Order: sequence, then C-alpha cells, then structure tokens
Amino acid sequence: MADIKVAAYICKGCGLGERLDTDALVKIAQKDGKVPLAKSHDFLCNADGVAMIKNDIANEGVTHIMIGACSRRAKTEAFFFPENAVARANLREGVVWIRPDTEEARETTQDMAEDYIRMGCAEVKAMTAPGGNTNTGTSKTLLVVGGGVTGMTTAIEASKTGYSVVLVEKSGELGGWAGKLYKRTPVHEPFKSPADTGVADLASQVMGDSNIKVYLNATIAKTDGAPGRFVVDIATESGATHTEDIGAIVQATGFTLYDMNKLPELGGGKSPNVIDQAGLEALAKAAAAGDGIIRRPSDNQPVKSVVFVQCAGQRDPTGTHLSYCSGFCCNASIKQAMYFKDTNPGVDTTIIYTDLRTPGNGEDFYRSAQEKGVIFTKGKVAEVVPNGNTSTVKFNDLILGDTDASMVDVDLVVLATGQVANSGINIDALTKPQVEGQEGEPSAVGTVEVKPISILNLTYRQGPDVPQLKQGFTDSHFICFPYETRRTGIYTAGPVRRPMDIAQAREDATGAALKAIQALENAELGRAAHPRSGDLSFPKVRLEGCTQCKRCTVECPFGAIDEDEKRFPVFNESRCRRCGTCMGACPVRVISFENYSVNTVGAQIKAVDIPDEFSEKPRILILACENDAYPALDMAGMSRNEYSAFVRIIPIRCLGSVNTIWITDALNAGYDGVMLMGCKSGDEYQCHFVKGSELGRVRMSKIDDTLKTLNLESERVRDLEVAITDIERVPDMINKYAAELVAVGPSPFKGF
Amino acid sequence: MSANTALAEKYRNNFLKEIEEQVEMGDWVKMCMQCGVCSGSCPTNFQSAWEHPPQELFMMIRAGKREEVLTSSSMWNCTSCYNCIVRCPRKLPITHIMHGIAEYAHRLGMAPKMQPTRFFSGLFWKNCTHTGRVNELKLSMGLYFKDGLGAGIKEGMKMKDVAIGLLKAKRLNPFELFGGHKCKDQKGIQAMLKKAYEIERSRKAAKMAG
Repeated sequence: MADIKVAAYICKGCGLGERLDTDALVKIAQKDGKVPLAKSHDFLCNADGVAMIKNDIANEGVTHIMIGACSRRAKTEAFFFPENAVARANLREGVVWIRPDTEEARETTQDMAEDYIRMGCAEVKAMTAPGGNTNTGTSKTLLVVGGGVTGMTTAIEASKTGYSVVLVEKSGELGGWAGKLYKRTPVHEPFKSPADTGVADLASQVMGDSNIKVYLNATIAKTDGAPGRFVVDIATESGATHTEDIGAIVQATGFTLYDMNKLPELGGGKSPNVIDQAGLEALAKAAAAGDGIIRRPSDNQPVKSVVFVQCAGQRDPTGTHLSYCSGFCCNASIKQAMYFKDTNPGVDTTIIYTDLRTPGNGEDFYRSAQEKGVIFTKGKVAEVVPNGNTSTVKFNDLILGDTDASMVDVDLVVLATGQVANSGINIDALTKPQVEGQEGEPSAVGTVEVKPISILNLTYRQGPDVPQLKQGFTDSHFICFPYETRRTGIYTAGPVRRPMDIAQAREDATGAALKAIQALENAELGRAAHPRSGDLSFPKVRLEGCTQCKRCTVECPFGAIDEDEKRFPVFNESRCRRCGTCMGACPVRVISFENYSVNTVGAQIKAVDIPDEFSEKPRILILACENDAYPALDMAGMSRNEYSAFVRIIPIRCLGSVNTIWITDALNAGYDGVMLMGCKSGDEYQCHFVKGSELGRVRMSKIDDTLKTLNLESERVRDLEVAITDIERVPDMINKYAAELVAVGPSPFKGF
Repeated sequence: MSANTALAEKYRNNFLKEIEEQVEMGDWVKMCMQCGVCSGSCPTNFQSAWEHPPQELFMMIRAGKREEVLTSSSMWNCTSCYNCIVRCPRKLPITHIMHGIAEYAHRLGMAPKMQPTRFFSGLFWKNCTHTGRVNELKLSMGLYFKDGLGAGIKEGMKMKDVAIGLLKAKRLNPFELFGGHKCKDQKGIQAMLKKAYEIERSRKAAKMAG
C-alpha cells in the first residue's frame, strides 16, 4: 500500500450542482476523506471531465479514484479505468433524486451526500485494482456428455463456431431417445403429420465433422480441474482410459421414462398390451419395417382400437409419482395416434386427457388429429384392467360428470409416462445425513429415484455431480439463466435440466454451447463467468490466519473450494463466481477480494458521521444486494420515489457475502438500525448466486445472539427480500422502518 | 324396421360417424376442443334451460350416447343468437350444428313431441305454407291451445288486455280466424314447396340408405 494516491472528483451535472453544496463536498473529501487531490467538474462524464481524470492518472500519479456523481451502475463506459481502483459515491440516484427539492430537506440531503463522499474515500483507500486470476488454462475444447439430440446439436453448433468438441456417449450409437422414435412431432408448416426425426442426419453430421471426436460405449471416469483446464478421463468399453484436456463441459445426459411398472393400477407390467410411449415407438418401427400394420404384442393381431392414457404417473398430487408435467407427452400421443390413423382410418384411437398441453405449434397438430378422427376425451383414467388379449379402461369422464365411464375391448393401451432426469448422484442427499448426523432414510414424498451412478465423477470436494434443484433436475434458473449449474464451466442442456421435447432440446443445446464457449474464453482471460461476467477480482486468502473451520469449502455455492491434505482450503479461481459467500462465511476474516473485502465495506460503515442522540437524525445502514436491491433503489431514484435521508446504502455482491462483523461494527458505531436487502431464497430463488442469499440468511438468523450481547432490541436488524421490480415497495419499506426505529428510540451506542 | 332402428343398426357403436354423415354440418363435431366457451356464451343457459350445453352434447356424441342426445330437448332451446359461433376458438358453426341435430332427431321421430320450440316450428311452417301468408291469429291461438283447452283459455285470458289493445289499434282482425288472407298465387307457392319437399326427401333418403 506504499504509493497510493487518491483523487476525488465531484460532478456538478444532472442537477447535483444546484441541489448540493459541491464546494463543501470537495472540502469534506479533503478534510474527512483525507484525499490529497479533490476537484469538482461541471459535467464529469463528458469528454473533458474524463480527460481531466486521465490526465491526473498520467501526470499526477493518481492510482485510486473516487467519483462522486451518479450510481455505479451508470456511465460505466465513461468512468472505465481498468488500471485503477475506483469507488463511486452515488449522489444522483442515491441522494438528489430520492429527496424532495425543498428548503427544509436541503440540510439532510447535504448530510447524505457528505456521508457518501466520506464512504467513497474510505472505500477506495481499502481497495486495489484487481489484476485478474493468473491460474488459468487455455483449453478451448468442449466436452459434450451424451450423444442424443441435445448432445449432437451442442457438438455441431460448437464446431460451427470453430471450437473442437469431444463427445462421449454411453451406448454404442448416437441418437439417444430420438433415435428410437419412428417419427417426431412436426416442426414445420403445415404441422399436420408426423415428420422424420432427423437423427440420422444429425449423427452423420457429427461423424463427418473433423472438429468432433466421438467416444462411443464410453463414460466419464474422472473430471478434474477447473474451466479452461479440466482434465477428463474417459473410460471406454474395452477398458482403456483416454485423457482429454477440456475447456468447458455441456452435460446433455437426457432422461429416462418413468417406470410404468410403478403404475400397476393402469395395467403397467400386467399385460404385454399395456405399453409406454417408447414401447409404441418400437411397435411402429417394427410395423414400418414389415407390412405397416401395428400389431398387439400378446397375439400379433392387428390393433383395431387403442387408448392413450395421458399424465400416467405424472402431475400426481399425492406424492407417489411424478408431481410435474413433462410437457412433451400430449404431442407425442397425438403423433402416435396418427401412426394408426394414417395407415388405417378405421382404427379407433382415443386420447384420454385431463388438460391437453401442446407446446410449439402443437395446436395445429392437435387440430389435424381431430380432422383425422382421433377422439379426444377429457377424463381421468382410474384403472386399466387387462383381460386376455384386450383391456378395459375405466375412467372418470370430466365433461359428462360420469365417474363410471369405461371403454371395453381395447387392443392396446399406451401410457404417457413422463421424463425422469439422468442427473447422476444427488449430492445434497449424499452430504445431508453426514452434516446432520442422522442416517438418511430416503424420503418417499415427492422424490424420484436417483440413479446411483455418477455421470461426471468430479473430483470436487462437494460431490461428483452437478447439484440438483427440484425433482432430480439439475439446478438452473428457468428464466434468468437457464443453462447455468452451480459448477462453473459446466452447463446442462436438454431434458436433464427440465422436461422438454426435441425442438426445445435443440434450442437448449445451442444456448448451452454458447454459454460453454463464453465460459472457457473468460476462464482463459482469468475473468469471472455469469453473473459477474468479466470480473477480474477473485478471492485471496491469508492461509496463515486460517483455522481450517471448513465453512468456506462447505458453503461455496459453486464448489470452487477444495481442501488440501492438511485440510486447508484450496481456491480454484476459475471455478469461482466471485459472490463472496466464502468471505461472509469466514469467521477469522482471512478471505478478501482486491476491490471488495471486509475492509472496503467496514471502512465505509465507519466513515459515516453519526450525529448524537439529541440531533433527531438517526442513521440506518442498508446493505443492498447489487444484483436486485441496488438496481431497484436506483430505479426508485429514477422514478423520483422519495425515501428517508437517514439511510446510508452500501452495495454488496450478495447477501451471502455479508460478514456479521459489519453488523456488529455498525451497531457499535451507533447506527440505529441495519437493513439487509437480498434476493428471494429457497426453491423459487432469485439469487444470482443460487444459494448465496439463503446462506446469508441462515447466518443472519443467528444475529439475535449478537444483539443480545450488545443489549440491543431485535428490531435493530431487519432482513428483507427485495426483487428488482420493487421500485415502489423499497422506498416504502425504508420509510416504514425509519418510522419504526423512531419508536424504538436512538441507539445507546451513539457518541462512544 | 323404423328409420331410427335402421340407422342405429347401420352405425352401431359409431354415433360420431352417424352424426357426421347424417347431420348438416355434423362433420364439425369432432373438432370441438371442449373449452366450454359456447356453453358460457349461451344466453339460454343463464336460465338453466339447457339440459346439456353444446360442449357437453359434442362430448356425448363422441362417447356414443345416441339415445340421450337424440331425445334431448337441449338443441331445441337454441335461440340462434350466434354468440357461440362468434366466440368458438375452433370456428365450429355451433348454432347450425344444434339445428342440424334437432332436425335429425325430428327426422328419426325421436325429438320430444311437445317441446315448445319444436311444436311452434311445426305450427309456423304449416300456418305459413298453407296460404302463403302467416296468419298471426291462428298461430298464436294454436300455441295457446297446445296443452289442451283449459290451458289455452287460461293463457288467452292472461293476454286479453293485449288482444283488446291490438283490436282497438286495428292490428288484429278477428275475422282472420275464418280463412284469412292469402298470397296472390297460392297454388304456385304450394307447387314450389312440393317440388322442394321432393328434392329434400330424395336427398335425405339417399343419405340414410347410403
């Protein structure tokens, strides 16, 4: 920290000059901020203002820059000084835009601005410019696990983009489920008849592509390393192991159909004439190879009537079977009914459904099936009773209110069972019993059977496969970041991620291929991947202070931290997403980032001027998640939604990065209250770091003990869920809390 | 063998096919997707006049409930407001299908005999084709006495103030009861209708046999 020179720049544009006493702010920066160089400028983000800063960097030896202007989220291109540590004091969105322009408000508004200048100066001094991770790899090869439609599409798309691909397929041929289909649901005009699967074409493209190396009859024996430098052992049937250097991984391991033997009430496993959709595809393929007539398996007689049972073992509210809808099966049954109608319109085909869901252009396909004479009956099938070569289907007719409806002499019953993800080992189920010290009885409710074989065999401390979110599907955020998993550089695509059909899987594959390419490029440059794309900072640890408590290695939402043989944490920077959860977890505070640390936030907390208890100016600290809460606060400013002048807001990377020392420090310093604003956690999480806000909240739930030792009221700390859309709600919450704190009274720690 | 049993025999389990072939616009029935917008849009349904709303009738046809559909009074309650046609997302001509099913049930002799709409339809047709003009007095009297003499007198007494009003305003001529006015070429009209009957009869007979 020898030769740092800090400069502070105060902008007078956007009304700051009129609303604030900027000369006083410059003086504050010099006197309280102890900055040797402090200037104001009429319009700091214009070419002249930026040139002034650049000139000071070049000629005055300025290394650290504090800019008092707009929010750190604005003008990022103008105020881009990659060689320097930069802090931003939010005077525009955070002060003048959220305060009324009145004479009475002027004093508190100025107080607010002055504090933000003090905080900015304190923060920037505790920072260094991030240099980027140097422990990088340069492999640009993509590993695709799974040779179905998703995997083949990923490989082809990546190859077209100019990246080499290693494709590993467990079976002896490419194609996956789609390869077993007779035909597929149409994706082109006029959406009227089943279409060719296109699998043969995809497979020949893959095999003919010199950029794609295919391993058939192969599995992943071991995956070691980090994005840009994965080392993957591929075990082949012959027993040989091949080692490949890999940059990023796309897992496209697909699904298994829900086992129809678990549905004996629907005749599953009780008669050869009760089959699942895969069974019918096999019959249709066999028929197409012969005389084109689909025959019932029991006696090889042509099928004259067939009933399709939708939602078999799906959308089950009792928890016995799958609770979700697999989305593809209605279209699949319509397609299969057409297999019969297109060859012989005289075959009776009935689809018994509760809600027909036909994504894509399925509505046209559905209409076409109706035109072809497929009968659609809205009902819930209660029982399928096989009897010799036929079956009786008993169902509740939901339109006619006939609970005792039935169809007799049905030759073939097709059960539309759903998709179960091939997501490998559920590592949460593996670790939970160990942590809680109780032997895990697999809970029957709502869980699906997990294949006990690992797919990726990661050498990560947190387990051999990517974590799962719900129902065995791999972790992802359906809307915001669909392909991300909680393992950096490893993406999932296709039905392993959520139930889907071929068209969706192909889109998924393309998206995941591009995400994987981004990840390996970022990894080479030592930069973070989503959501802090391009971030050059990474966690640094003072190992000499480490107590080997393992909280960081256990809590890291991305499994970035391993342990060495002496049980010290080993940081794999390329796997890190820079959320700072390890920093928040560390009880001895030895983990920090160059531009974000216990000190950078701690210094800001301490820099705020705390008026005495008689001034009637309480101080509320807000630690706001920079992904959702801070933008919401900025947008509240843009909408001129006013809030209390007594708050001081510090953006944090994630609620998970909040170290309890900050709270203790703030309360000791005489703040009257602390508000924590983080994203929604749990199954429906909105946290950009998936588990960050949850982990942060677990930590904060224990804050009551701290408050007790300080002899403080529990109202002094408030944990709030804030979404990016809470533009009106957030100011409201702040004002309510400020009013509540008036009732609680001033903090007894003021003036110490 | 009656027409009904003959056709029931012909189509056996496939009532949907029977409707498709015999009922005007019946080939649309399979296209219903059971959304229920027709039922929700039907103005008569607000008074629970329908035993089975259109959507349900279509489902019953697919489920092969022949007897129940053809003897139902439901389709006779259609007021031809065309709300369902306008709103049907599948563009089914529901009003026309209702009339088609009603006509088919009537043709087979399965329609409920004294259903007021059906009764009135017959009355109206007979009334206007007889002279080529509608005889309003005979038409309303015919409807009054539909359920017998007592009920007819009762209904007539209820409406007597209206009738006296109409008389005073010269909108009702009591002598219409005897003969009534005619169109210019009564014979011509009847010859025309006779020809039309013949064409229709042969067409339907061919359909029912074919």
